[in-house]
Amino acid sequence: MENIFDIQNLGKRFKSFQLQGLSFSLPRGYIMGLIGPNGSGKTTTLKLMMNLMHKDTGEIAVFGQDHVKFEREIKQRVGIVYDEPVFYEQLSMRRMTGLIRPFYTRWNQAQYEGYLKRFDLDETQKIKTLSKGMRAKYALALALSHGAELLIMDEPTSGLDPVFRREMLDLLLEVMQREENSILFSTHITSDLDRVADYITFLDRGKLVFSQEKDSLYEQYRLVKGAPEQLTESLRRELLGVNVGEHGFEDLGGLDIRGEGLLMEKPTIEDIMFYLTRENGHGR
Amino acid sequence: MRIVLSNDSRQAIWEQIAQQIKDAIMKGELSAGDSLPSIRALARELRISVITTKKAYDELEKERFVDSVQGKGSFVAAQDSALMQEKRLKVIEDRLGEALMEARMLGLDYGQLEQMLRILWEE
Repeated sequence: MENIFDIQNLGKRFKSFQLQGLSFSLPRGYIMGLIGPNGSGKTTTLKLMMNLMHKDTGEIAVFGQDHVKFEREIKQRVGIVYDEPVFYEQLSMRRMTGLIRPFYTRWNQAQYEGYLKRFDLDETQKIKTLSKGMRAKYALALALSHGAELLIMDEPTSGLDPVFRREMLDLLLEVMQREENSILFSTHITSDLDRVADYITFLDRGKLVFSQEKDSLYEQYRLVKGAPEQLTESLRRELLGVNVGEHGFEDLGGLDIRGEGLLMEKPTIEDIMFYLTRENGHGR
Repeated sequence: MRIVLSNDSRQAIWEQIAQQIKDAIMKGELSAGDSLPSIRALARELRISVITTKKAYDELEKERFVDSVQGKGSFVAAQDSALMQEKRLKVIEDRLGEALMEARMLGLDYGQLEQMLRILWEE
């Protein structure tokens, strides 16, 4: 299967933080969620991919091409939604778009206007007057109107209300109706977006914990619950961190765990993230 | 076609989809030649991942409930009536097996179970 991007052994050193030996890739036609606690390196990874920051080590290929040598070509085919403000606050959306539009050879004005209408955005409004949700919609309209095959979104739903999050979900699924399109988004709240993700890549403190098909995660882990006396020594060895309270325990374990009266539930992505992060030494 | 997904179910999402389509075929709600929605369209409708949907379709294909034609989509396969009968019997057998397991865990004996079945049958 053709990969939309390939990251090999990516590294970047900062004073207080280090991204180490990241390798993962996404097959064309699928959605990947990049998850991890705050400060795990998600935004840095996305910025390195787009060459907004220089990497120290490793290789990144997007559409099969080196991301530095072919930066201009690659950016034509990528739609990006950043978490931080990247627009000129004083300008109206119309003037801002006027500045951005010439960059794209495949700009589709009709499509852009269609999105504005659908999102209920008035182009004459100044960017500084836009709410967080309206900014996100405007950024999406720009990202989706130049024939991008890869949509990259940094924390696209943080600070947005559930109604718009649902709308966003529908929009992404609409984009995915075309088999050649792919989406990479980062998020620290594993939310309803996880539902549509085909792959999950999990970073913790600059390191890759895993990058795999989401469904296979559910086939790998179970949330195990039981009363304190059911937590035997041998069971303890099979579990990850163990969250023991006065009245019971809850933990993540493999599918093969057996025990009389134990409750085995399907974990959410959030459960998996929580327990694997603890295992790596957080909060101990 | 009706598909209702539960997040609380022990069954994986892809298994729920495959099961419900299978049930619809066995009950005759879907018949041979009927076309199924494309993988991407169904993923969108159910708001789930493409891979999850694909897994369900792969399973249906493997069990010969569905034929996929490259570029045309997926269709309900013609069902051999003897085979269908066998599949249905298998379903009953599986469910009875589950009930039996529950009964054993509860410590019921055969007589009690038989009695329960008779009551249900006569209802």
